[in-house]
Amino acid sequence: MAETPAIRTDRLCLWYRTFQALHDISLDIEQGRITSLIGPSGCGKSTLLRCMNRIVERLPYVRITGGIEVLGHDVRAPEVELLQLRRQVGMVFQRPNPLPLSIRDNVAFTYRLQRGTQRIPRPELDEVVEAALREVLLWDAVKDRLDDSALGLSLEEQQKLCIARLLPVKPAVLLMDEPCSALDPAGTEAVEELIWKLRGAYTIVIVTHNMAQARRASESCIFMLMGRVVEHRPTDELFVAPQHPETADYIEGRYG
Amino acid sequence: MFSSTPLDARNKRIQNRVRILFGLMTVLLVLPVLLILGLLVYKGAPVISLEFLLTSPTEGMTAGGIMPALLGTIWLVSVALLVSVPVGVAAAIFLSEYARDNWVTRVINLAIINLAGVPSIVHALFGVGAFVLFFRFGTSILAASLTLGIMTLPVVIVSTREALQAVPHAFREACWAMGATRWQTIWRVVLPNAVSGILTGIILEVSRTAGETAPIMFTGAAFFLPYLPVSVYDQTMALSLHLFVISTQVPGVPEALPFGVALVLIALVLTMNATSIVFRTVLRRRRKW
Ligand SMILES: Nc1ncnc2c1ncn2[C@@H]1O[C@H](COP(=O)(O)OP(=O)(O)OP(=O)(O)O)[C@@H](O)[C@H]1O
Ligand SMILES: [Mg+2]
Repeated sequence: MAETPAIRTDRLCLWYRTFQALHDISLDIEQGRITSLIGPSGCGKSTLLRCMNRIVERLPYVRITGGIEVLGHDVRAPEVELLQLRRQVGMVFQRPNPLPLSIRDNVAFTYRLQRGTQRIPRPELDEVVEAALREVLLWDAVKDRLDDSALGLSLEEQQKLCIARLLPVKPAVLLMDEPCSALDPAGTEAVEELIWKLRGAYTIVIVTHNMAQARRASESCIFMLMGRVVEHRPTDELFVAPQHPETADYIEGRYG
Repeated sequence: MFSSTPLDARNKRIQNRVRILFGLMTVLLVLPVLLILGLLVYKGAPVISLEFLLTSPTEGMTAGGIMPALLGTIWLVSVALLVSVPVGVAAAIFLSEYARDNWVTRVINLAIINLAGVPSIVHALFGVGAFVLFFRFGTSILAASLTLGIMTLPVVIVSTREALQAVPHAFREACWAMGATRWQTIWRVVLPNAVSGILTGIILEVSRTAGETAPIMFTGAAFFLPYLPVSVYDQTMALSLHLFVISTQVPGVPEALPFGVALVLIALVLTMNATSIVFRTVLRRRRKW
């Protein structure tokens, strides 16, 4: 028997007021792999991503039908604690958005939330912060200025920090919505390299407009068009031999 | 190749004129303030002394000091603050961070804006009806401060809300996506970054309150009292009302006396404004975006 998928959606539909943004999305996203989500602008990539940690529901006018499971658990069940879900399913945004706190406090943020009002001994916190920063290859660059503002970092470093701050609470899934699109080519390369390195330890779903990036930095690829999944296959197959004409058109740059 | 054309010359002329005109306007704006201050200092300074600040008025308020009025103003403003700050800040946090945008919140916002436009004499009448008579606080510091508090509430709410909304939305999103509750987000991220703005708004508001006369004259401030207030149920004198009384109601007041009182009142207000500026710069420097 195959492993439980990290994320499974079952005939997922989503409406913004009367506009249906997602149509019957049924997907299995495998654990421990990097899955990229591609498609023209407005096809619902961000929307789908935002369903997975239920952050889309912050809009009062959103209606959802169908099922979403993370690691085999229905995330829309009434007993699900949103906060726990969001710690398990971390999110990285398009624009790096570190909090206006020190680097240390940014990384410690989720860890502190999880521990509530309990005081965390300094050595323990230091250890957590160092581990997370090492994991994102940022430790050497910032170890001497942990108390400086995170907003003084370069965009590339900020984005790495945004990934690092998810790690102390041991998430299972990392959702990334165009994580490199605000970065310069060197930054993009560095962050991609990092994402590639995190493969295996986390299930990563990454939205991208950059075909080369999807091809280089993912193992599995989902092509969406107008709120539907057109094709979902291993990346090398999808790019070499797309099965649908729309996919072929898109990856060859004929639209979007 | 890069030499000036007639059009450049014309643009430059216009640019110069605009700059001079606007500069002049700015000077016009500052001039009255300087004149008022200058006049007050010139005429009022001679009566200012430690004794002036620390003794009661004597001889039918034509001589002596202003201590009861000064203390009274401090009483009134502090109690008013105790009322309006917690309520106003909480309301602003609710409206900015929790409330959904629907017709109820829109009505509330409209009410706040209208409340800010109500003339202070109307607040005074409301204070008499509600606090002095209905709640039976009598004419007292409590009734007067509640009136002042209600009067300043809308401004506290509006300035607090503006300070909260100046904190970029992306920070909140980041927090929520990490599993923080709304309150954790507010407490750990929004408030620390909004606090300088909130304090500035509050202090500016306080300084305005200190000068108000109408809302307190029917609700708790007295023309003259031979004793100092000891609790919020006492009446009190107040600087603003004292100034009004000695300039218009009492015969035989030496000319310098009202100017002295006015100078003290202005100094009080300016001190508070200065505090607010210091607060703002200190907290801004700590701000990290
Ligand atoms: N908050 C919203 N309210 C109403 N409609 C929305 C909202 N957010 C997105 N939509 C609509 O839903 C559709 C899908 O949007 P979504 O942001 O998921 O697209 P996307 O694939 O991420 O696009 P992009 O590549 O430009 O980021 C779009 O047509 C968009 O107009
Ligand atoms: Mg998007």
